[in-house]
Amino acid sequence: MARARRHRRRRGRSPLQTVIQIAGELLITFGVILLLFVGWELWWTNIESNQKQEAAIETLMEDFDAPVVPQDTDEDLKDYGEPIVMDPVQDGESFAVVYIPRFGAEFTRPVTDGVGVSVLDNLGLGHYPQTAMPGEVGNFALAGHRQTHGMVLDAIHTLVPGDRIYVQTKDGYYTYVYRNNQIVLPNRLDVIAPVPTQLGVVPTERMMTLTSCNPRFGAEERIIAYSVMESWQPLSAGPPAEIAPLVASNAEKGA
Amino acid sequence: MYGWIFSHLPGPLWARVLISILLIVTVILLLLTIVFPWLSQFNPLTDSTIGTPGS
Repeated sequence: MARARRHRRRRGRSPLQTVIQIAGELLITFGVILLLFVGWELWWTNIESNQKQEAAIETLMEDFDAPVVPQDTDEDLKDYGEPIVMDPVQDGESFAVVYIPRFGAEFTRPVTDGVGVSVLDNLGLGHYPQTAMPGEVGNFALAGHRQTHGMVLDAIHTLVPGDRIYVQTKDGYYTYVYRNNQIVLPNRLDVIAPVPTQLGVVPTERMMTLTSCNPRFGAEERIIAYSVMESWQPLSAGPPAEIAPLVASNAEKGA
Repeated sequence: MYGWIFSHLPGPLWARVLISILLIVTVILLLLTIVFPWLSQFNPLTDSTIGTPGS
């Protein structure tokens, strides 16, 4: 039966026609696979990466275990002295949570040491090893995707000078104030120097630098966002008022 | 090519349709879970770091 059907199909078809037919089918297949890849990269990687980041935040919040309501409502900017700076962590270890209200009231992302593919594609923000830790004099430098894999820094161009960026570690909350951005070529390693763009200068300020790709769907350039630390408070003082609801909801998930 | 594969699958028409669907789903799952994550690291459009990535 199958044999008869095959003979009927083969009849009157030259080898050239068969080759063209197979080539055509392969090309169509390749096109469909390419479309699948685009869909996967632009859509599915976000879902997958967001799940992993939420799980990472839950784990971190379990470890932090601190009050989730501001303890000093009278004095917003109480002076807690020199910020505690945590020791550097191993590559691939998550150690902080970042809150950026400008990116939405719900914006919260984990920070993991390392800027390799395995960190940035799965866990959102990656900390450049060798750069400062949160609250340290120098440059606390982070990288994150603008598109795909959670799109952590998609809205980086919407930051307005004066916007607060909050970093929470096991020691406390570090409040950075966004200052300016800069668009540079990808080889400009000096933007993550202790004093950004000034190699070899001894730092006196506590800076934070975010790097992401630019333009939004390309990678010809990098967009850099600089912030300066304004204040810090220990975990026991509770979260800064602006992010208190989000910290509380994160802590609830981690409980 | 696909016609040739389809005509060589065993069983009646409904079984061959079922096997074809299973084969297609298997290929798509392989692509999504293994091939695409591997391919993604060569996509230059998602590089967001300064200097050499991974350094």
